[in-house]
Amino acid sequence: MVQLTLPKNSRITTGKTWPKPEGASNVRKFQIYRWNPDDGQNPRVDTYFVDMDTCGPMVLDALIKIKNEIDPTLTFRRSCREGICGSCAMNIDGINTLACIYGMDEIKGDVKIYPLPHMPVVKDLIPDLTHFYAQHASIMPWLETKTNRPAKEWKQSIEDRKKLDGLYECVMCASCSTSCPSYWWNGDRYLGPAALLHAYRWIIDSRDEATGERLDELEDPFKLYRCHTIMNCAKTCPKGLNPAKAIAEIKKMMVDRAV
Amino acid sequence: MADVNRGNRPLSPHIMIYRPQLTSMSSIMVRLSGIAVLVLSPLVVWWLLAAATSETAFVPIDNFLRSWFGDLLLLGATWALWYHTLGRLRHVIWDFGYCLDVETSEKMGIGMFVFATVLTILTVFLV
Repeated sequence: MVQLTLPKNSRITTGKTWPKPEGASNVRKFQIYRWNPDDGQNPRVDTYFVDMDTCGPMVLDALIKIKNEIDPTLTFRRSCREGICGSCAMNIDGINTLACIYGMDEIKGDVKIYPLPHMPVVKDLIPDLTHFYAQHASIMPWLETKTNRPAKEWKQSIEDRKKLDGLYECVMCASCSTSCPSYWWNGDRYLGPAALLHAYRWIIDSRDEATGERLDELEDPFKLYRCHTIMNCAKTCPKGLNPAKAIAEIKKMMVDRAV
Repeated sequence: MADVNRGNRPLSPHIMIYRPQLTSMSSIMVRLSGIAVLVLSPLVVWWLLAAATSETAFVPIDNFLRSWFGDLLLLGATWALWYHTLGRLRHVIWDFGYCLDVETSEKMGIGMFVFATVLTILTVFLV
């Protein structure tokens, strides 16, 4: 359901303004969403000032600097710091992306950071991705085969392998799904761009032998057809992938097999 | 998604913090223009029905639609109809699997806006 306002417990209040670093000349203002599950308060937006002369170039560098030097309670996920683990996905400057590969020079003015949109918040910038992962699991993200196992490996031609380019690179960071208004309003039943991109990745895999079953599973007004090609997914994907195109290809296959 | 919202977890902000994108705006405009056409088309139907019924039925609606406000509504409806038509055309192109990259979609979005405006001006002068 379309719900343009936040529930009462989720409305954001103005938070604390942390002191500016002393003697710094190149300071940047950060406004960061905070929510503590233990204090019974509503979420708030805290203001931090970071000395850019002693800070790395990426948004994640600034977050780590804030955590190390200003406020150790600031909580966020991060791991690889090179855009391959997908942990540090968050809403930065109004779009979803990975903090570790988003440069501060790409942002004009103050840096506003929120958790991935329209998700239950575990703490601060950490969203609960349980449902998102369950949806991914529901599309059977593995090779389904029926013929006898070959002696060595399931072979694939170079051309067939090329069909997986632009799909296999997905790191499941959830930036796309949580950028999608359709997913915001119907995320309980609509699978969302990430799960559908993965569904397509297995549907067009030449080695997979469950294409029919996979399409049967998706033939549903909500699971697949809540995609209205809004394209926030493709626009925001930090890996430059295009889930909207993958979804359109699934829809095309649905038509192709029906006529 | 209440089933995963353990311990009264807040919902993170969404539409209020997400930066509007060319693609998302041109998309929601298709929806809104469709609703506008749906709301405004009964006026035209009423007008035509009244014209076929009697003069007493026709005069009030005719006066209303020919007033400056009626003109404005019909101008808006004309633009909405053109925009919606072009938006649907974009969906047809997409459904055949073409022009699904972000750049082309954005160009088509701007094109829809420009062409709807041009076609509305043409409609006003030609009809």
